[in-house]
Amino acid sequence: MATKKQTMSFEEALGRLEEIVRHLEKGDLPLNDSLVLYEEGTGLIASCSKMLDEAEQKVVKLRKGPDRSPIESEFEEENGNDN
Amino acid sequence: MEKALSVTELTLSIRDLLDSQPFLSHVCVRGELSNYKIYPSGHHYFTLKDPESSLKCVMFKGSAGKLRFRPENGMSVTVWGRVSVYPRDGVYQLYCSQLMPEGIGDLQVAFEQLKAKLDAEGLFDPAHKKPLPRFPGRIAIITSSAGAAIHDMIRILGHRWPLTKVILLPVRVQGAEAPAEIAGAIRYANEFDVADVIITGRGGGSIEDLWAFNDERVARAIYASRLPVISAVGHEPDVTISDFVADRRASTPSNAAEIAVPDCREIADLLTGFELRASQGMRKQISLLRDRLESCCERRALTEPTAAIDNRRMELDRCRERLCTAQTQQLGKYRQSFVGLAASLEAMSPLRVLTRGYSIASDKDGNCLHSAAQFHIGDEIRLRLSDGSADCRVENVKRS
Repeated sequence: MATKKQTMSFEEALGRLEEIVRHLEKGDLPLNDSLVLYEEGTGLIASCSKMLDEAEQKVVKLRKGPDRSPIESEFEEENGNDN
Repeated sequence: MEKALSVTELTLSIRDLLDSQPFLSHVCVRGELSNYKIYPSGHHYFTLKDPESSLKCVMFKGSAGKLRFRPENGMSVTVWGRVSVYPRDGVYQLYCSQLMPEGIGDLQVAFEQLKAKLDAEGLFDPAHKKPLPRFPGRIAIITSSAGAAIHDMIRILGHRWPLTKVILLPVRVQGAEAPAEIAGAIRYANEFDVADVIITGRGGGSIEDLWAFNDERVARAIYASRLPVISAVGHEPDVTISDFVADRRASTPSNAAEIAVPDCREIADLLTGFELRASQGMRKQISLLRDRLESCCERRALTEPTAAIDNRRMELDRCRERLCTAQTQQLGKYRQSFVGLAASLEAMSPLRVLTRGYSIASDKDGNCLHSAAQFHIGDEIRLRLSDGSADCRVENVKRS
């Protein structure tokens, strides 16, 4: 999914963003803390947007290996009509 | 005398008679099922009835195994078969090769029966349904690797949310092996934890084509799945048992793809909204702080820092003035009363009386003599005058 190492999942990032925006809208933190949060928020927004912009769909086909564990192979659409 | 026949001889000739009738070798009979019994041998025995008559029937294991629904007493059915005699019991019966429910198809009956059974077992319980992850990292699709369904799903998933990895577990979706393959793939996906959510289904087709998704094995595999399952079978009106058991029912495979992932355009809008709200919040806080700062700056304490001292000084001056005034007034008052008192004192002074010709007599001890009784002839007295004194002797005393 993520192209680079991302300590936070997209969902976690969105959750954190919601929290940050709530604090900033309430303005209940000292200015310094708000600025730190704002910076974190813009960073998260940038990295989420980047993930969306750069994402390339990955499609694989799974088959059972000799020890039953899954083996991935590239999936190429077949032109047959099974349904 | 006629030759007596054995029971078997008679029975067999009756059987031959019946078997030789082409009409009876292939009959189709309508009636109501009763006394339906399945023997451990796998043969089914039952009676077919209408209000006036009844007919004993048997369905051997081979034919019974092909039944797609479970016959029940009271069901109106049509059966096909041949009529013959069972010599051991001396009865004729219908050897049934096929049995179909009357009115609706057998698959429909099978569907309703399985649905009722699984419902009673709680497989459709809403409480058992698992929530779908909002942003699944991996989606396992259990369907045929060929055909429109997988193509549509991959396309829509890619459009909506390319961050999700699509993992296809190819299976046959119709035919006798399909149910076991689908159920096996669901269990396999769980066992090796290959995804965060499963979509299983296929494109549209006849009820027979979709039948694998009405199979009990598939239903139980979906129910047992730890990973949430979206069922996506056929077109909108098609409803399968899988749809009831699954955590979510999608009307079509494309719809399953829409349900499984968010739309990246909506999420991008959401991010833009967050950005806007964060900036607005920040700006608001800064402008509130600036307002506070400005209102502080406008206070006199900061604009005229000496004002307070000046005020105090003025106050002090006023105090001093008041003090002086009070003092002067007080002194004046004292002076006046002093002058008054001095005047009174002056007026009352005996010395002043003496200047008018009076004198004060006193004895030799200095006691003031103010009555004739105090005078005795020969006493020496002193007269005090305004400008001196005279010592005198009393010559005579007269009392008035």
